This record gives sequence, C-alpha cells and structure tokens, in this order.
Amino acid sequence: MPLLEITDLKKSFIAPDGSDHVVVNVGRFALAEQAQVALEGESGSGKTTFLHLIAGILKPDAGRIVLARQEMSALNEPARDRLRATTIGYIFQTFNLLQGYTCLENVLLGMSFGPGADRNLAEKLLQRVGLGQRLAHYPRQLSSGQQQRVAVARALANQPKLVLADEPTGNLDHKNARESLALIREACRENGAALLLVSHAGEVLAQFENVQEFRHINQTVTVEAPT
Amino acid sequence: MTILRLVFKSLRQHALSTTVTALCIALAGGLLMSVWSVKEQSQATFTGVNGGFDAVLGARGSKLQLVLNAIFHLEASPGNLAWSDYLDIRNNPSVELAVPIAVGDNYRGYRLVGTTLDLFSRAEYTPGKHFTLVPDGRLFEQNLREAVVGSFAARKLGLKPGDTFHPFHGLIFDEKNQHSETYVVVGVLKPSNTPADRVIWIPLAGIQKMTGHDPRAATDVSAVLVKLKAGSAIAGFQMDMMYNKQGNRLTFAWPIGSVMAELFDKIGWFDRVLALVAYLVALVATGSILAGIYNSMNERRREIAILRALGARRVTVFTAIVLEAAAIAALGMAAGFVFYGITLAAVTGVMRAQTGVVLDPLKFNAVLLWAPALLVTLGALAGLVPAVKAYRTDVAEYLAPTS
Repeated sequence: MPLLEITDLKKSFIAPDGSDHVVVNVGRFALAEQAQVALEGESGSGKTTFLHLIAGILKPDAGRIVLARQEMSALNEPARDRLRATTIGYIFQTFNLLQGYTCLENVLLGMSFGPGADRNLAEKLLQRVGLGQRLAHYPRQLSSGQQQRVAVARALANQPKLVLADEPTGNLDHKNARESLALIREACRENGAALLLVSHAGEVLAQFENVQEFRHINQTVTVEAPT
Repeated sequence: MTILRLVFKSLRQHALSTTVTALCIALAGGLLMSVWSVKEQSQATFTGVNGGFDAVLGARGSKLQLVLNAIFHLEASPGNLAWSDYLDIRNNPSVELAVPIAVGDNYRGYRLVGTTLDLFSRAEYTPGKHFTLVPDGRLFEQNLREAVVGSFAARKLGLKPGDTFHPFHGLIFDEKNQHSETYVVVGVLKPSNTPADRVIWIPLAGIQKMTGHDPRAATDVSAVLVKLKAGSAIAGFQMDMMYNKQGNRLTFAWPIGSVMAELFDKIGWFDRVLALVAYLVALVATGSILAGIYNSMNERRREIAILRALGARRVTVFTAIVLEAAAIAALGMAAGFVFYGITLAAVTGVMRAQTGVVLDPLKFNAVLLWAPALLVTLGALAGLVPAVKAYRTDVAEYLAPTS
C-alpha cells in the first residue's frame, strides 16, 4: 500500500464574483514510501492548496486522502493536526521560521507537537545541515540559504514519513538552491521520508527522476455561479 | 510544557509591550491593594486606639472633636471644663481612673500636653502596657518645668534628657508666640505606636499657668480621660445620659471606638470613591492587555499559522494567548506588591507623622489575595478576545509568502 493515496479529491473556493472556483480536482494520486516526486506547475495552479490538503491544513470538499494508513480526509481537525505533527514535515518557500526562536528552538518546536522535544536529535539534525555552530543563532542572523537549512532540519525533526516542499528554493540564489535541494533530497533519503515537492522552476525539476505535471493530475473546471 | 514555552517566548519577543502593560497592572493592582489595605487598617487602628481609656469628658461640643483632641492630639480643644468637673468624675464610683489633660501650647509643631503622673503610672495605653522611659530618663516633677517627650517627637525634634526648650503658644507653631518659660527634658518615652509618641508631656500646672494664659482658667482642664471600672458597662450609659442628655455643659464621648467609627461612616463615601477609582484603573489596565495583544495579532497570525502547520492545535494557540495575558497580569501583580510596599510604607510614615497612629505594612489583608486573583482573572479574560482571533486564524492564508 502506498504511503499516500488520493482519490477523487476536490477543493473549491468562492471567487469574489460569487462563482465556485475549483482549485483542486485530483482523480487519483499515489506516492510510495521513501519515493521522491516533483510536481511541476505554474503559479496559481493549485499546487499549494494540494499540499495543504495533504497536510490536513485544509479540509477537502470531497474525496479521500489516505496517509500512512490513516484517512486524513475523514479526521476531525484536532486529529488532522496530530497526524500532521507526527507524520508530515513541511518546507516552505519563505522558510517560515519563528523569528523569536533560535535555530535549535525552531527545530525543537518542530518536534514539540508530535513525538516530543529531543535535544540530541535536534542538534544532530542541525549538524547534518551544516549548522552545528549556529545552534543559538536567531533566523535574522543567518543567510537565506542557512535559514532554509534550518527549515529542512525542522521539517525532519518529527521524523516524518512524508516531507512536503512548497517551492523550497524560490527565495534562494542558484547556488544555494542547488545545494539546498540536494540537502533536502539526501536528508529525506537518510531519514526514510518520502518527498513531494512542488515547483515551477526548471532547474529544480531537472534534478528529479520522477517529475509529474500538476495539470495532468489536477483536472479543474470552473463552474459559473447560478444566476 | 510546550504551551508554557510558547508563552515565555512570546512575552520575551514582545518585551516592551509586556513591560509597559505589566507596569500598568502593577500600578493598578498596587493602588487597589494599597487603598483597600490602608482603608481597612486605618479604620481598625483608629477605632482601636483609645490610649487605654473608655471615654473622654470635655466641654460641650462635638464628641468627635473631643476624641480627636484628647486621644489623637489633633484638632483644637472644644473648650475647658472646671477642676470640679474633673473631681466629680474622678470620684464617681464607676470610674477606675480619670486623668486630666490640658492643651494649648506646642514646641515647633509638637503639642505640649499637661497631665498628671497617673497617665504614666496607672494608665495602660494597651492592655498590660504602661508608658515606659528609655534609660537615663525619669518622669517630670509635678511642680517643676520639666518635660517627658514622646519617642517620635523626641526623634524629630532631636530632644534628649538635659535639653531645654521654650514652648510656643497655641497648637500651631508660630515663632512669634514663644513663651518665656524654659522647660527641661527629663525623659523620653519608648515608642508606644500611639498618638502619645507625638506629644511632649509636661505637668498639668505647666499649661494651666503658662505666661499669657488666662489666669481665670488656671485651674481648668481641657478634657478628662476616663477609664470605667471593669464590668460597669451600664455606667457608660448612665454617664452618657447624665452628661449628654440631662446636662448641657459637658460632653461625654463614649465609647471612644464608636465615636471614631462614626467618623469613618461619615467619610465612607471617600473610601468608596477611592475604591471605585482603583477598580477603574484595574479595568483600564486589563484593557491595555487586550489592546497590547490584539494590536500585535497581525504579526502574530503568521507565527500562529506556522505553529499550526507544525501540528499545533487551535486550542493550543488559544490557550497560549490566554495564558500570556494572564502571565502579563501575574508579572504586573508581582511588581504590584513592590508598589504596594512602597505606597504603604509612605502612607505609614505620613500617618505616623501626622497622627501618631502606626499601620503595619506587613500586616496580612485578604485584599493581598483577592486583588491579584481578580487582576490575573481579568487579564486572562482580556486575553480571550485576541485568543479567539488566534483560534480562528486561517492557516493557509497566513502561510502564503508575503513578499
């Protein structure tokens, strides 16, 4: 059984003009354990919403999401939060580190809502991403590339089965982007986590063996509002 | 543990706002506790101070004025009464002790009170306690110009045995009204924490016969301090009837505590206004918690969204905000105790200097428990509004890149 299995997933939002704007309409999508897949899609194509649905941040209008043998889409919000905290690591384009927390504290926070804080593991993860000497640094004291590396360590802090990466190199220069992406892939591999990355950047996608076009997966249509 | 860490971090991250708001709470809480404590302690102390006497007999007038003058050494004397009136009450079989006093002079603002040695040898200013002298002193001789100085007055005036001084006429110090008599300090009293500490005691005849005083009043006294015999409660009623209802020359202020309680009843509205002000300040201070956290919600919502994305539940972020508000109030109240201590020490000093009555800043009062509890609860309630906002944060919306 795949790690992630999605069937007939739908999510729509009400547009300002009152029309029902379908953002996600995925008939079927699956991801095997420890697999690394990149989804290619333009901005506004619903990639982020798709990841939010998988993470349980958004609740789908219809369809099933089964993650690690648990049906995320059938769970209530606290249970989805719990499943996210224990199973998923999330890497964002803008890193989303908490500015009042040191590198180490940011990573510890990634564990707090799941398996519980483990200082040794947090330090080991930061050493793995090359920030062993920056444990007590605050995000503002780090470069963009370093901040993204903290975000990678934080995403792996709860020893997730699945890491979701949303344009993780969007705010980095070419060199940092390449290094960061390599790090994410290696770290996921070392930790036994599957990786689902979404991006529109060709140089990022080029590094993946398994790249799928999101528009082939996501069959959206816009339904006009009744008059 | 995670929640407490979130709270601590947020307090630190918003240190300026936390400090300012906590100071508001400190002032409000300190004010509330001070007002309440001073009110209750002063009421209890003033109604409890009687110098060991049950009543005061004086010229016809206000009982309150009589008590303030004779017991608290405040206010002007309502007038004199004849020596025979003193003898009458002294010889009343229900009276255990009657001590005459005469007032009308001061030394640099501290009253000279003429009295007899009975005040020191027989009167107990509090059960079982007589006025006692510090070493190297003695009581005055009845027929000499000698003085025994209360502890507070001695300290303030720098008087010690062997020193001499010229009294001034009147109860208010005026350099132009100096008497020619010279008095010698022969003793200083140990602190009694009563109004007597602010008095310079001299022989009764000293006041009566001071130069410039009306010779026709040379045997008059200003008031008689009366202690009734134990078990003669009925005697108080009888004397009240005799002096106040049937007679029309004298006033019998009895019981002293009730007379003072009437004063507090009369100024009760002032207490209520003060308490109301304190409550309003507390309300405004807790409002500042609400405003402080609420105004920072825009910047916080992104952090809340991140926490939620990491797996924090809505109820976790809600609880963290409420606890943060309560923690600000609790920090404020901790500082409020410092404010309370300073205020009470200052009030105690002023009250001691002005009345001789001593409050105990360390004395426990229930307000020290319920005021912090009230303010922390109000603080937590104030946190509910931003907490609801945190609870409703749309994670997907606030996770979106901002630049």
